[in-house]
Amino acid sequence: MTFIPSPDSAPIGPRRRVRAARLDDRFNLLGAAAAGIALSTLIFGWFTPLSGGVGWTLVAFVSFIGFYALLVSNTSDFQEVKDRVMSVLLASAGIVLFGALVFVVAFTLVRGQEALPHLNFFTESMEKAGPLDGLEMGGILHAILGTLMQIGMALVITVPLGILTALFLNEVGGRFARFVRTISDAMTALPSIVAGLFVYSAIIVLITHQRSGFAASMAITVMMLPIVIRASDIVLRLVAGNLREAAYALGSTRWRTIWHVVLPTARPGLATAVILGTARGIGETSPVLLTSGVTAVVNTNPFEGPMISLPLQVFDFVKSPEPNMIARGFGAAAVLILLVLALFAIARLIGGRAPGDLTARQQRRVGAASLRDLQRITLQHLNAPNVITQTATDPHQKESSS
Amino acid sequence: MPRSTLLPARTAPAGAPDSAPDTEAFPFEKERRRALVSRPSVSDSVFRSVAFTAGGITVAIMLAVGVFLSIRASDALGVAGFSFLTEQVWSPESRTFGIASVLFGTVTIALIAMCVAVPLALGTALLISEVAQGRLRSTLVTLVDLMAAVPSVVFGLWGVFFLQANVIPVASWISTYFGWIPFFRVSDASGAALSDASAFTSSAFTAGVVVGLMVVPTTTSVMREAFSQAPIGEREAAFALGSTRWGMIRAVVLPFGRGGIIGGTMLGLGRALGETIAVYMIISPIFTINWQVLKTGSNSVSALIALRYGESSEFGLSALMAAGLVLFLMTLVINFTASSIVARSRSGAESN
Repeated sequence: MTFIPSPDSAPIGPRRRVRAARLDDRFNLLGAAAAGIALSTLIFGWFTPLSGGVGWTLVAFVSFIGFYALLVSNTSDFQEVKDRVMSVLLASAGIVLFGALVFVVAFTLVRGQEALPHLNFFTESMEKAGPLDGLEMGGILHAILGTLMQIGMALVITVPLGILTALFLNEVGGRFARFVRTISDAMTALPSIVAGLFVYSAIIVLITHQRSGFAASMAITVMMLPIVIRASDIVLRLVAGNLREAAYALGSTRWRTIWHVVLPTARPGLATAVILGTARGIGETSPVLLTSGVTAVVNTNPFEGPMISLPLQVFDFVKSPEPNMIARGFGAAAVLILLVLALFAIARLIGGRAPGDLTARQQRRVGAASLRDLQRITLQHLNAPNVITQTATDPHQKESSS
Repeated sequence: MPRSTLLPARTAPAGAPDSAPDTEAFPFEKERRRALVSRPSVSDSVFRSVAFTAGGITVAIMLAVGVFLSIRASDALGVAGFSFLTEQVWSPESRTFGIASVLFGTVTIALIAMCVAVPLALGTALLISEVAQGRLRSTLVTLVDLMAAVPSVVFGLWGVFFLQANVIPVASWISTYFGWIPFFRVSDASGAALSDASAFTSSAFTAGVVVGLMVVPTTTSVMREAFSQAPIGEREAAFALGSTRWGMIRAVVLPFGRGGIIGGTMLGLGRALGETIAVYMIISPIFTINWQVLKTGSNSVSALIALRYGESSEFGLSALMAAGLVLFLMTLVINFTASSIVARSRSGAESN
């Protein structure tokens, strides 16, 4: 006979914290760090003629690892020492990487502070400002407008084409769809300068005969399209299959299923895909360099004359040796980064949830809608019960009459 | 006991009417399979053709890139012939041009970038997938994604205005203590060692470090995805056998993610080969093969195009197109290989 202990009678001990660092672990880390720094300073300052910050850092890090291994080995076996040392190495790779990347962004934002407080930086173009003028003259209005127009035109093409292609990959399928997926994967590898060369030879040489905002937006389109396709493809694949099957089982056509079930379910994800593509497209410099041309005036006609964008303006500003121009370049770069960060924040706000996963507010709204439906249906039944009985008895009446 | 009650029921005298449903239990076997083809509705066929067209346009754009580049490049390739790959000098006006030196520079910069990127990406990917937990993990994933969206011109700015000045002590330190390795030697034409600061600033090394930081996000996210697909059962088995976390990573995660590591590295290499603006801003262009990676002076195919497109004659432009075509084909081959390796590693075949 098996005895099953009741869950209530079993004593429950305090929850073990399996991941928490013990006190001596922390002391090991601190001690090793102190010892590493001390040894490195000692070697570089007193014992040997070595010098230089790089060497110091290198020696400090290596000796830190050595001391840490030594300290851990006091209480643990070889396997655990290896584990601890590797954990420290992985963490330092992460710290170096994120430190460097955050530093790149922060460096631009800090250096951009010189130009950003001047309000005219956002409301004027460089039309009347010369290279020697101070920061209270001229601005990047033309570049902001150019970026917005170019990315707008690129979006007009990319959004429908990208999402339709992703729908084709997922909903239609077949051999050609697999081919399209391979090709769009290959397109993500397209070097940006090659996209610029392509648009230059296909559109500028053959059709427009001049650099223009339109040509630049076409180059951006070529770069953005595969990103949008891939991201939407992944989102559409995540839409639960039984939702589609339910729609088909109710007798809906394929198109109705996509329009009323698949697309609404995947809407936040698709929006995220588009925003991510936009963030990538906004920052493209080299294709724009070949296709749009540099200008200092506001140009709102995309088909005629050069139209500059923010990344190209940054590139153009910092080629100048004048400190004011370089300050403007950093200011424009800071605006560009803030734009990308804002887009990214919006993408995270909309996305970050699986398709069909609703927020609390959406859940309330859907609940309210189905409650209304229920009330409407009950009301119909209450108001017109004879209509229902009429239809129910209808076939019998026909039978008797025939 | 239940058997004996069932059996008489089948062989009972009432079996004659019983056997009829037995044969009719599968009435479809005699008939042909129903064809499940129906006439598509108008909206469906419209949708199908529109979606098909969209896919077709996407393919057409990609093919057009290759076709246009090939057509435009044919002039220059016809003149240069095979020497296009061996000639170092770039002067299309005098009909002597080739991409040997710029191709060498491209590959050097990309390899240095991979030396920076791969250890960082591998460490970070393992950190995110194995060590970090909960909120920290999702924050790190977001950061990596965000960094992939930072415009390359921003990295270029950082490279020019911060790294170029601060790379001098690093590069001179390496060249002083590791100068006996041929790559790291920095010498002038007569072979004497250089210690002048300007000899170190605009080198392939500087450009490689910046490009390396730019490709880390791509590589990291590919590797992380591969690592996160390591089977949970095998992880738990490793822990149950008494392995430490690193032991588990060695025994389960790394072998399972090998395809992801290789694929991520190659994808990063493809990106690094094609990077334009950051390289253009940092290097000082030369047209000879420079083995000393720490020494100022290098070039890359994309930087060459960005540098020369403005002042080129029609024939010069054709030569640039030819260079672009070579770059295009090179990245295409690398990325196709990479994505097929990544796709194959997803099947889970290696776990058996």
